[in-house]
Amino acid sequence: MFINKSALLVALGIALAGCGKSETASNPAAASPDELVIKIGAAAPLTGPQAHIGKDNENGTRMAIDDANARGVTIGGKKARFELLSEDDQTDPKTATIVAQKLVDAKVNGVIGHLNSGTTIPASAIYFKNGIPQISPSATAVRYTAQGYKTAFRVMTNDAQQGKALGEFAAKVLGAKQIAVIDDRTAYGQGLADEFVKSAEANGAKIIVREYTTDKAVDFTAVLTSIKGKQPDLLFFGGMDPQGVPMIKQLRALGIKTQFMMGDGGYTPKLIELAGDAAEGAYASLPGVPLDNMPSGRDFAKRYEERFHQPIQLYAPYCYDAVNVMIAAMQKAGSAEPEKYLPEIGKTEIEGVTAKIAFDEKGDIKGGAVTVYQVHQGKWHAVQTMGGTPAVKP
Amino acid sequence: MRLHRSSPGRFVFAAILLALPFVIDALLGHGWVRIADFALLYIMLALGLNIVVGYAGLLDLGYIAFFAVGAYTYALLGSPQFGLHWPMWVVLPLGALIACGFGVLLGAPTLKLRGDYLAIVTLGFGEIIRIFLNNLNAPVNITNGPQGISAIDPLQIGGFSFGNSYQWLGMRADDVHLHYYLFLAFTLLVIFISRRLEDSRIGRAWVAIREDEVAASAMGINTRNIKLLAFAMGATFGGISGGLFAGFQGFVSPESFSLMESVMVLCMVVLGGMGNVGGVVLGGVLLVILPELFRNAAGPVQQALLGKVVVDPESLRMLMFGMALILVMLWRPAGLWPSTQRRREFAAENSVLQQEQETVYDASK
Amino acid sequence: MEILLQQIVNGLVQGSVYALVALGYTMVYGILGLINFAHGEVVMIGAMIALTVLQTLLAAAVAPVLAVVLSLLAAMAVCMALGYSIERIAYRPLRNAPRLAPLITAIGVSIVLQNLAMMIWGREYHSFPLPFNSTSHQLGGAIVNDVQIAIVAVALLIMSALMWLVQRTRMGRAMRAVAENPAAAALMGVDINRVISATFMLGSALAAIAGFMVSANYGIVHYYMGFMLGLKAFTAAVLGGIGNLRGAMLGGVLLGLIESLGAGYIGDLTGGFLGSNYQDVFAFLVLIAVLILRPSGLLGEKLAERA
Repeated sequence: MFINKSALLVALGIALAGCGKSETASNPAAASPDELVIKIGAAAPLTGPQAHIGKDNENGTRMAIDDANARGVTIGGKKARFELLSEDDQTDPKTATIVAQKLVDAKVNGVIGHLNSGTTIPASAIYFKNGIPQISPSATAVRYTAQGYKTAFRVMTNDAQQGKALGEFAAKVLGAKQIAVIDDRTAYGQGLADEFVKSAEANGAKIIVREYTTDKAVDFTAVLTSIKGKQPDLLFFGGMDPQGVPMIKQLRALGIKTQFMMGDGGYTPKLIELAGDAAEGAYASLPGVPLDNMPSGRDFAKRYEERFHQPIQLYAPYCYDAVNVMIAAMQKAGSAEPEKYLPEIGKTEIEGVTAKIAFDEKGDIKGGAVTVYQVHQGKWHAVQTMGGTPAVKP
Repeated sequence: MRLHRSSPGRFVFAAILLALPFVIDALLGHGWVRIADFALLYIMLALGLNIVVGYAGLLDLGYIAFFAVGAYTYALLGSPQFGLHWPMWVVLPLGALIACGFGVLLGAPTLKLRGDYLAIVTLGFGEIIRIFLNNLNAPVNITNGPQGISAIDPLQIGGFSFGNSYQWLGMRADDVHLHYYLFLAFTLLVIFISRRLEDSRIGRAWVAIREDEVAASAMGINTRNIKLLAFAMGATFGGISGGLFAGFQGFVSPESFSLMESVMVLCMVVLGGMGNVGGVVLGGVLLVILPELFRNAAGPVQQALLGKVVVDPESLRMLMFGMALILVMLWRPAGLWPSTQRRREFAAENSVLQQEQETVYDASK
Repeated sequence: MEILLQQIVNGLVQGSVYALVALGYTMVYGILGLINFAHGEVVMIGAMIALTVLQTLLAAAVAPVLAVVLSLLAAMAVCMALGYSIERIAYRPLRNAPRLAPLITAIGVSIVLQNLAMMIWGREYHSFPLPFNSTSHQLGGAIVNDVQIAIVAVALLIMSALMWLVQRTRMGRAMRAVAENPAAAALMGVDINRVISATFMLGSALAAIAGFMVSANYGIVHYYMGFMLGLKAFTAAVLGGIGNLRGAMLGGVLLGLIESLGAGYIGDLTGGFLGSNYQDVFAFLVLIAVLILRPSGLLGEKLAERA
């Protein structure tokens, strides 16, 4: 039996070695001496239920890299050429660490990712250990930047920042007194809902019912019916649009007239497209300032649609900003070496497409403006930008 | 597997196993060493499930729950969550013990159920555990809910932490290498126990129950206790593996313990060869490595064959994985490396099947 | 009271959805004793085909009724071909293999179908363009719409039709014979392969109908939709007694009611200690309790386990 096993191992070794070779062969490393090749890693789920949002992240990152290559960036006197290494983390924490290790092995200069908090947190330990700067475009768990990793940044407001703004908006601006809350029991949905509850209660509203669902459910009639009996002024859902769409449709079909509100997971063109009339009047938020209000934002949205033949799903602009912060820091440091430009990231400020980007001492986005939008005649319209410095009136 | 018969072979084999992480590292980088670490964890899991499914013939679709119990035991007792930082040599056995308890808890009410009914109950059990882990953050925060537990203590013995890097004789060993050796030691232990169980009275009792429970019971086997023992043993291995996972990853959250994970472990057992330790090990290695192999291969292979990347490599990766599952099963229905006993059975299965059905037919008359 | 009535209506609708899918599961299981894990994905493919055909026809200004009928027929045809192929490729060669081998190929088929669908229809959610307005009705305080009524009606209709088919037709008799004893059935002149293929095609046609109804009800289609649905339907089929048509219907409706009432009332029953987050725990506990009391499900026969 020994022969069998060793033969097997040898075969496996050959298979692995072969694959390693093809990996290096696929990277065009023919750089001229005065050209600086900079590898940007990207990680998001490209398969599985959140693949559409993951692909959107990849697209945003790709666009930033292509733009940088097109306009020509010089870093430390050398012409820089950026390359994208995109990996699929399958929304799985374990795969995320493997992917992170692979990006580190490939000697990426920085990483844009991951999409979810559940993958971003375990992966961040690996980036930290290897000194690779990481900017998450979309992870919102407070914990991510609270681990003390100096490599971890995000261009997205965290749950506490966003939940605070949403709670304030619900209680003060909309004047909701009796609020119902549903969350999807994911790290994102539950985290945001909890912070929303804190903020709404602090602003004088009362949470009269707390219900739950999952990120795979499509039928919410049972929880909605039990909410119906309690007649809240507002229903807040912590979750993403795949659940938001059927939920809002069923809400209206059951004849419940209460206001409906979501976080950034609901601010998508899909919510309106799929929910149709039922989406009318719904609120959702998005960190940052409306794209239309940013000089480069409107242009970004247009070019994105031209290039990928679909509207922005969700976080592509944040990925775009994240790459540009990274590039700006490299330019300031005059180097793309992680240890050289890492200290600069925290000090870098840029005018992004989503907002003015600057970081606080933890790596969270400074100010953290959150804009609340409402569906009006089949379109998202900005209602008010909460928090942030300075507050921007749309 | 009978390595003890040829000692030069054993040394070569041991040398290969010991050198493997550094060989992989030199050829392919740290990422693949990490994959090897996960492969070892999954081999332990698959060997545990092999006791339940392969030896005792009880189809368990919720096996990952024991992995989860082990992982959360380690996470709760070795992290800032409760401010407890118990040492590894206390937490790992404790996790195994608790998982073992859950194994009995699952086994006891399901003893009467057979086949697919057992499958759905175990599936439900796995989901129940996951749902509790996902929701026990209120009213009292125990598991931190969907946020998971982070900053878990690394695996360490005394002052030696497997999470650090060490220099020896000019060789640098990083966390992925150190974990490899730790996991290898545990895997070898689990293999050793599995092999001993297989040849023991208990192992034969399991096989007897798998083949014919009524006959086994008539031969004086206490089927209830023996079945419970299978659940308990399997769960224990799962619990150990889970503890190691938590220490290695430094983060646990309920999404790591989904139904798909149970299904994957079951695939390892069946694809490799149920009831055969070597086969199960092979299945574990293959199913961890294949998706990663396809991840690297899907793009370049298209490039080489067609001159450009036509289909998104990420979509192709899982597609190839699914096809591999089908093709391997069609090619070797009893698994890649079945136990000799099962191979014999398979040849005879047809006639046995007919006989059984005829008795059923007669009985229902 | 209105709330309770509404919860019962919700449960009935959701349960009928489960039942529709569970009927397909149970048909195959009844004949082959095989958990066709890929059934949920067949439902998804049915929904996707219906979506594409419906979109195309509506864009070509075909009359709405005709478009709906044609898209449903197209979905059924594709799914039948798919069901036939799955059985031929992934199950038939393994008919005498160890019991778990076809389970693994089923999982493989399921992964393949999911990823194929992702490549063809993309990763995003699609809106299901039902060309009618589904009017809402008041039913003693509860609200129910046309599509929901149709789902319950279709589920009942299909169950009755299947029972008639199995009990009263030649094909049905052949199916029962194969289920009872394939070898003996073959000796009696039944073409086993033909019967099994027919069963798969029938089950897959049901899956297409289920896919259509589910999509019409929730209004969205996604390549991942089959997984949870398949799982719940499998649970429902086992609850009712897998292999039994009436059991699938009963199990589906019961599971729907348990979920609906569970989600609606766990909070009140436990004084807020447990909430609707434990809905599935509740459902699984009921299932486990039923199986402990009746080890072959509610309407399951007392047959010895099949090999």
